[in-house]
Amino acid sequence: MSATQTHGHAADHHDDHGPAKGITRWLTTTNHKDIGTMYLVFSLVMFLIGGAMALVIRAELFVPGMQLVDPGFFNTMTTVHALIMVFGAVMPATVGLANWMIPLQIGAPDMALPRMNNFSFWLLVAAFSLLILSLFMPGGGPASGWTLYPPLVLQTGDALPLAIFAIHLAGASSIMGAINIIVTIMNLRAPGMTLLKMPLFPWTWLITAYLLIAVMPVFAGAVTMLLTDHFFGTTFFAAAGGGDPVLYQHIFWFFGHPEVYIMILPAFGIVSEIIPTFSRKPLFGYDAMVYATASIAFLSFIVWAHHMFTVGMPLAGEMFFMLSTMLIAVPTGVKVFNWTATMWKGSLTFETPMLFALAFLFLFTIGGFSGLMMAIAPVDFQYHDTYFIVAHFHYVLVPGAVFAIMAAVYYWMPKWTGHMYDVKLANIHFWMSAIFVNVLFFPQHFLGLAGMPRRIPDYSTQFADWNMVSSIGAFGFGLSQLLFVYIIWKCAKGGQKVSAEVWDGARVHGLEWTVPSPAPYHTFDEAPVVK
Amino acid sequence: MKMVKRASVAGMALFGLASPAMAAWSDINLRVGVTELSREIYGLHMLILWICVAIAVAVFGVMIYSIATFRKSKGAVPANFDHNTKAEVIWTVIPVLILVGMAIPAARTLVKIDDMRGSELTVKVTGYQWKWQYEYVDHGVSFFSTLARTSDEARQLDSGIKPESVENYLLEVDNPLVVPQGKKVRVLITANDVIHAWWVPDFGMKKDAIPGYINEMWFRADEPGIYRGQCAELCGRDHGFMPVVVEVKSQADFDAWLAAQQAARQAAAAPAAQTAAVVPPVDQVAAMRVAVAE
Repeated sequence: MSATQTHGHAADHHDDHGPAKGITRWLTTTNHKDIGTMYLVFSLVMFLIGGAMALVIRAELFVPGMQLVDPGFFNTMTTVHALIMVFGAVMPATVGLANWMIPLQIGAPDMALPRMNNFSFWLLVAAFSLLILSLFMPGGGPASGWTLYPPLVLQTGDALPLAIFAIHLAGASSIMGAINIIVTIMNLRAPGMTLLKMPLFPWTWLITAYLLIAVMPVFAGAVTMLLTDHFFGTTFFAAAGGGDPVLYQHIFWFFGHPEVYIMILPAFGIVSEIIPTFSRKPLFGYDAMVYATASIAFLSFIVWAHHMFTVGMPLAGEMFFMLSTMLIAVPTGVKVFNWTATMWKGSLTFETPMLFALAFLFLFTIGGFSGLMMAIAPVDFQYHDTYFIVAHFHYVLVPGAVFAIMAAVYYWMPKWTGHMYDVKLANIHFWMSAIFVNVLFFPQHFLGLAGMPRRIPDYSTQFADWNMVSSIGAFGFGLSQLLFVYIIWKCAKGGQKVSAEVWDGARVHGLEWTVPSPAPYHTFDEAPVVK
Repeated sequence: MKMVKRASVAGMALFGLASPAMAAWSDINLRVGVTELSREIYGLHMLILWICVAIAVAVFGVMIYSIATFRKSKGAVPANFDHNTKAEVIWTVIPVLILVGMAIPAARTLVKIDDMRGSELTVKVTGYQWKWQYEYVDHGVSFFSTLARTSDEARQLDSGIKPESVENYLLEVDNPLVVPQGKKVRVLITANDVIHAWWVPDFGMKKDAIPGYINEMWFRADEPGIYRGQCAELCGRDHGFMPVVVEVKSQADFDAWLAAQQAARQAAAAPAAQTAAVVPPVDQVAAMRVAVAE
């Protein structure tokens, strides 16, 4: 992508209306950078809370026998850990990155709908306050797994309406965020920036935003039906009243499968930004990347029942969902090959963002392989609901989505703060994360294949060794993230000043590297012209 | 002591020095199992696994080569190409061919799994929070199967009983399901409260037990023996504590066992039928059904 900024002074108007002072700035802000920062900080807090819950799980599973928690509370931990990580950590982090970077990358002065932007952030705070509050309700927190399958979920105590209302609010927030991103990208691109000149991060987010708008209402509908089944005597999902428990699973996964791409597509975008910069080469197969993203998004709507091969579908259904799922390997493969070809004959350096992007490349691909294995329906009858599944989705979500988010934070943080992060500590953070994440999740493949079901608080002694290894990895990974928090804090406070370009030769890779570092409060008051 | 030993084993595994016990194939891979279906599923699993390994070696090989070779520190000068139609067509078409190659055997096995014809024994399995009920629908025998008392005591919070001291910890029940060797057993699966899933890894199959549905699966066990599995769908607080145990006996032993069960039920059914007019205890409902059937 070749982009040049013709008005060098465009970025420097921040003294005429700067940020408000004190807490008011954050409560009432309509500035995309402030809101982006709030999303990212919120996501980091949720990541730590959700991570602490994961450590409760891994501590109980350190050795066989029940040592620490009640089995019911264990189920609450698995459930709320997942809800927080999916809706509170990964999704808000990518929305935060979108808020910060999409206007900077497409040459827009701000998001198109700034007041709604503020509202969608604060809704999220309300949503997760409710969800966390639900842990303290009589009868305990939600404990039915994040998928909230009836009839089990209807046994939840007073936490149920709180959790469902939290999901409604988080969903409304996501839909508003998605509308904002679509409107911004469609209307505020700099002159000359056609859609097919746009960087990959806005591209993947544009497609993600359409996915969000398509499926969040479906999920909201499903949980509303749970609510009326529980409180108003309807029987949508109760067989005894003519309803159907499997119907819920179909609706849930019609949302749930696109949801996993909502978490990973922005990560694809991030990696597609970082690898070219540190390979000093244009992205290989730009058009193919865009079309592959769109194909993956389309396929995500027709594969949902592969999450439920064991419910007893007719043979034709199992066959269809097996074949459609296998097809996803093709566009995903194209992406991996394109990233590899981008590095081919490049001139590589290994700054922290590149290290995370490379770890993503290897480890996400491993998650892709186990995904392909699970697509094979007859074999999935064995894998289903075991730790093999747990290993798979954590590989695509932790060294996949989360590593990409960390790569993005290291890549763009100097632009946000004007300071280089502590490189030495950041590299230690990378290596500790990359090693421990494998110690944590790789043995879970073994456990699943050897026959350990997921979501159990205690296990037969034959599974003891690898559970212990996995728990050691979990604590190592968890502690490494405290270092991450410290690095971010330190970089926000000060550090070596960076140039507008930050990274050697980054200027040709995007408009964000043409504005000063730190990026002024208002940028692109006059639109740059892209050739 | 045991814990110390395990910690050291875990520590060794961390550094890639797995002990022989650790490296036991059955601890880290899918089981071959004892049925035709489980062997076919295992074969498919290994086929796909090796294909993935081969692709991984090729793709990771190119990545590692790039990382090692095209370094700025080694003076690499970046090229400027950004597409190559021939390469892109190749790496789109070849995966499609590989997928077709995987789909054909997978579809064949799927069809076989779905073929319920010619079963020689039908057992109905009902999931409850948190136990299983087994009914031999054509023989008037039915009973519940719950976690063995020894495991149940040891698994209580801070019980002080070491799980290692309990034989088949969490994988033992009071009354296992008993089936004949070499016969096609059809399993009808349902549930009475929430969704459960009935799974014996050695038989290669699991199926959800869903209230209001009757799901089907089948297996034909080749070897006599005791096969253990667990509930595989989160079903509440004690989801981890409702194991599945199946004992496969020779036809003669199975017949003798079945006859003994029937005789015992008949003896129990006579007084049960008289008290049935009052309030039948839940445990005797099954026995009542036998009485009614006769």
